[in-house]
Amino acid sequence: MAHAWVVGTIVGVVAGVVGFFVVLRGASFVAHAVPLSSFAGAAGAGLLGIDAVAGLAVVAPLAALSIGWLGRRRRSDVVTALVVAVLLGLGSLFLAWSNEYAAEVYGLLFGDILGVGTGQIWLSVALGAAGLAGVAAVYRPLLLSSVAPEPAASRGVRGGLVEVLFLLLVSLVTAMSVPVVGALLMFALMVGPPAAARSLARSPARAMALGAGIALVTVWTSIAASYLTTWPIGFFVGVTAAALFGAARAWTALRG
Amino acid sequence: MTGFFSSGPVHVALGAGAAAAVVSGVVGVFVVLRGQSFAGHALGDLGTLGGSGAFLANVNPLWGFVGVGAVVAGAMELFGVQRRRGRDVATGVVLGAALGVSALLLYLDTTTTSTAGATVTVLFGSLFSASPSSVPEMAGLAAAGVAVVAALYRPLLLSSVHPELASVRGVPVRLVALGFLVLVGVTVALTSMVVGTILSPALLVGPAAGALRVSRRPPVAMAVAAALGLAATWAGVVLSYLSDRWPPSHAGWPVSFFVVACVFVTYLAADLPGAIRRRRARRGPCSPG
Amino acid sequence: MTSGPGAVGQGTEGPAPVLRLQGVSVSFGARPVLEDVSFSVAPGEFVGIIGANGAGKTTLFRAVLGLLAPDAGTVSRPRRRIGYVPQRVSIEPDTPLRARDLVALGIDGERFGVRLPSRSRRQRVAEMLDAVGASSFADARVGTLSGGELQRVLIAHALVGEPSLLVMDEPLANLDIKSGHEIVELVARLTTARSLAVLLSAHDLNALLPHMDRVVYLAEGRAVSGTTGEVVRSDVLSRLYRYPVRVLEVDGSVLIVGGHDVRVR
Repeated sequence: MAHAWVVGTIVGVVAGVVGFFVVLRGASFVAHAVPLSSFAGAAGAGLLGIDAVAGLAVVAPLAALSIGWLGRRRRSDVVTALVVAVLLGLGSLFLAWSNEYAAEVYGLLFGDILGVGTGQIWLSVALGAAGLAGVAAVYRPLLLSSVAPEPAASRGVRGGLVEVLFLLLVSLVTAMSVPVVGALLMFALMVGPPAAARSLARSPARAMALGAGIALVTVWTSIAASYLTTWPIGFFVGVTAAALFGAARAWTALRG
Repeated sequence: MTGFFSSGPVHVALGAGAAAAVVSGVVGVFVVLRGQSFAGHALGDLGTLGGSGAFLANVNPLWGFVGVGAVVAGAMELFGVQRRRGRDVATGVVLGAALGVSALLLYLDTTTTSTAGATVTVLFGSLFSASPSSVPEMAGLAAAGVAVVAALYRPLLLSSVHPELASVRGVPVRLVALGFLVLVGVTVALTSMVVGTILSPALLVGPAAGALRVSRRPPVAMAVAAALGLAATWAGVVLSYLSDRWPPSHAGWPVSFFVVACVFVTYLAADLPGAIRRRRARRGPCSPG
Repeated sequence: MTSGPGAVGQGTEGPAPVLRLQGVSVSFGARPVLEDVSFSVAPGEFVGIIGANGAGKTTLFRAVLGLLAPDAGTVSRPRRRIGYVPQRVSIEPDTPLRARDLVALGIDGERFGVRLPSRSRRQRVAEMLDAVGASSFADARVGTLSGGELQRVLIAHALVGEPSLLVMDEPLANLDIKSGHEIVELVARLTTARSLAVLLSAHDLNALLPHMDRVVYLAEGRAVSGTTGEVVRSDVLSRLYRYPVRVLEVDGSVLIVGGHDVRVR
């Protein structure tokens, strides 16, 4: 049980922090698409008999970077939808070939807190530390070019490079979170809590911290509820994130 | 191959697939123009909710998909914000909540009725196991969908391209947006029966985006999109049928995989003439003067 | 006195120019957007770029900022950075970024790596905000500021990094006459105090007249540069526009009229 709490905490913090930029850049669709696409990696890994996380770690950045690359000259929302579809198609192919149990597929899609092993903890710590270090390193150029792309470009910030680094951060969060929270619902942590924090905090530092905090609350209540009811954790994550977002919106509307 | 043309399930697949492709192409052109691919994808995912709910209630999944698609689309538009980014976040949050609920329904479904693989079926579709009655049902819904687009054509076009001008001209922009999104919800539900809820957005936006590269005029683009979607779907059916002989399992590759692959390839191919033109312009001789 | 397109008057020989364009030409496909544009900006100079929409101002600025490589000609940029204020920055109202934060990003927003907050930084930002008259809304979200307020914040953002050249793209376009004049006053005051060169574009030169050292007129991709006395003349502008143009002076302001029944002196 402790394993899930530790990993869940790390996932919550990192997802909330990276999610600040997801919402800032209007990349909610990409945040949904990358975890979903990475499902193909997990299915492929199952086919090859290796750990699902390895598959995720390979396909998530591939998916993210193809969305970025193809989206340069094309409508990015169309590209995102197609990349997801192609990778899910591949995932369905691998599934058909590998005779995986429905339960395993279900766990990959909707989360499985009971399946969190000791190895998972070390992996999460490593990936989580890398993720936070990554955000710290790109914080200023990413923030500036997300808010004011032209002044950023005039200072030598290469928008293309910053976009790639952002996509890699999203992939990293995906790889560490999908085994626990599930491919379909992982994005809820990167969208709902930061969006809620955005209307409550004015400065970027505070908004990021608050977003991580709300994501943590979401993860913790979801883990607890999932243990108590044996219902899937994905259900609680999706619903709690939406509820907190709605509450933040209501609060802002009443106050302002 | 003679077996192909006389096979009952193949007829159903071709017929149902055709209806889905045509209506997706027509509606999809406006989805792309309005930048609503995420909403299209989200409505596809939300169809899972309807599908899994229908499984639980032992109702024909088609009506579960369509009903939920229409209702949720209405909710999304009403709930949605005018600005595109705000709409993105609202879509994401609603999607998360709805997917969470489908997770629960599917879980209850597998434990109470133990239909293992319900997840896979609902998500990835089962074109070859669709019932024959679904062909006329889908043809009817497809015809209705095309008729609605035709009826709404001018206000829809104006409010997609120039919302302010449209409202000045008296077009009820929000009402049109609501009606259109409901239409998208129903369309996506329809195509979900063909390729599954997660893959139906590809059929919705891929051919349409490719067609818009070919022609900017909506009527032409809609026709091209329908044609491209139809070609991709039928090619997918043929390939899936042929794959019965292929390794590794000799049980056939999933049709949804082939359809999506064909859609993606045609989408990329639609870009080629433009890309070649650009290359030539860069490398060409200096322009005179 | 004039010798075709390009510099009408030669600037005085002095310190090396902060910015120099020589023979810059840019075409998009077969369409020429800038043709053989040459001018320079000396340290501390206030140079106005006057031209209508479609004359090539945006492309010129992109070349100046290094965002675009010209097909012909050279652009020598200053070693220190350029402070840039774009015409329009659209920011969502609920974006969690205060004016103060945007200005802080002006100090070193392009650098990767960690930077801990410091008092001297905060001081610098506060002083800059004060200098542009933005202290009263320093803690407001940038997305909620009015056009004029945002303009001031963007100027602070550009100046706090201590550039040697300030480039402003149509700062007056979305402002009323009074606000426009206030902004130009502000910019002139700030840049004189810091011996900073300014390159600023506008449709109409009157708001800039009191402060401009030299002017560059841009029409259909062609340019003419020099002091206002050298350039803002009927014969020079008629040659530039390839159309009869008459320059009139009314109460210290300049009025430019054109047409076939205009007599060009």
